[in-house]
Amino acid sequence: MTNVQSLRCKECGRDYPQEPIYVCDFCFGPLEVNYDYDAIAKNISRESIQDGPLTIWRYDELLPASRDNAVNIGAGMTPLLKADNLGKELGLNNLWIKNDAANPTHSFKDRVVSVAATKAVEFDFDTIACASTGNLAGATAAHGAKAGMNTMVFIPADLERGKILGAAIFGSVVLVNGNYDDVNRLCSELGDDRRWAFVNINMRPYYAEGSKSIGYELAEQLGWHAPKHVVVPVASGSLFTKVYKGLQEFAQLGLIDSADTKMHIAQPFGCSPVAKAFIEGQAYPKPVVPDTIAKSLAIGSPADGMYSVSIANKTGGSGTIVPESEIAECMKLLAETEGIFTETAGGVVISALRRLAREGVIGPDEETVALITGTGLKTLEAIADSVKTVTIDPTVRSFDEVVTGAPVS
Amino acid sequence: MPFRRVKFTFKTEKIQSPVIYELGHKFDVVTNIRRADIDSENGWVILEIEGTVDEIERGLEWVREQGSDVSSLDGDILAG
Ligand SMILES: Cc1ncc(COP(=O)(O)O)c(C=O)c1O
Ligand SMILES: [Zn+2]
Repeated sequence: MTNVQSLRCKECGRDYPQEPIYVCDFCFGPLEVNYDYDAIAKNISRESIQDGPLTIWRYDELLPASRDNAVNIGAGMTPLLKADNLGKELGLNNLWIKNDAANPTHSFKDRVVSVAATKAVEFDFDTIACASTGNLAGATAAHGAKAGMNTMVFIPADLERGKILGAAIFGSVVLVNGNYDDVNRLCSELGDDRRWAFVNINMRPYYAEGSKSIGYELAEQLGWHAPKHVVVPVASGSLFTKVYKGLQEFAQLGLIDSADTKMHIAQPFGCSPVAKAFIEGQAYPKPVVPDTIAKSLAIGSPADGMYSVSIANKTGGSGTIVPESEIAECMKLLAETEGIFTETAGGVVISALRRLAREGVIGPDEETVALITGTGLKTLEAIADSVKTVTIDPTVRSFDEVVTGAPVS
Repeated sequence: MPFRRVKFTFKTEKIQSPVIYELGHKFDVVTNIRRADIDSENGWVILEIEGTVDEIERGLEWVREQGSDVSSLDGDILAG
């Protein structure tokens, strides 16, 4: 039993049955899961949530599947940490880090794929598929393995070895000789003519709902209220729109008093169509060809870009374009101040946060959450030049000479 | 017959030139507009194009040459 009423077109409002479909036949608008909030309100409370499992499935009243059938490897309920050291550096006295690198495959994608895989099983698919340059690949391969499904994970052949192996350990991956566009086109064609559960194509309405759990967790972990600011790394914009939706739903259900959170878009210079649209006052992003070291954010044609711009505007949020040169620097800053090693997307978020603090967009005492969505261990090449080590001979003398710099007596 | 759902994004000054009309005449494809916004500075049109795969590709290439961005309606699928 779930509280889903239909899939509803975000543009024209037409309703569709709960099936593996994602686009409105009439206007080609995207479909979104539509819930019976009256029914949810009757069943949900802070207590009922707190009694649930320590995963995203504690919020299953607000997800399109029940925890009883969940394909679950433990996604969600990641730490929310008070970041006083980093806060001091940036002049922020009320700063929190949501560390989603602590998910099972080390990124927030476990949240979305856990939901997509659960629906894929429910719809009787035997194959789960995705195209990814890293995080989504790992999450899909791992959940596919747990569900006992065939997995089809498409990866550009020139991707770093570590990322390929990190997904391939769970089962088969397919390396594609070609660039981003080639992989996109291939997967779009395969998505059309194979009966597969493609997590971010025909499963997308369900998949995307998984990201709402970050919004729920922020509210719950802060002691049942919404933060004043959230800074979010944006690629397709799905995460951004769903964190917002999660906070709004909690307010609507009375689980928190209000959700006046300002939503801030963070993108790297080499791929910033959404932030650029916000800054230039355009309603929707113009597609770009990505060229950024933040590969996890390299989406030039963002499906939810327009909705993200609208939410940033509506909430009094912002859009920040981060120089490529600050990404590794800010990964290092977070690591050195808070003991958290994030990937490039996290570097983008911290750099954006620093700018927002400097510019006074975020006030010193305002409660602020920076979303850290993935681990640095998958993008080691990004920091190779900015991290230094020393090497010594195995003698005390060498140690003193090189490390302590003490004169040798 | 194969079809593709695509989004054209263009500067609205270009709206003067009937790109979609010409697309249907210069190439052996059928176009079907579903949604559009031509009020703001960057306009867009969402449409379906039906034809052979080759003819669709040739047609879309021509649309790009006219200065429009052509993107898949689903956005990029290859994710991080
Ligand atoms: C680490 C990380 N952060 C953020 C994102 C952005 O996700 P979305 O496409 O939902 O905007 C991604 C997407 O791949 C990601 O891998
Ligand atoms: Zn519609």
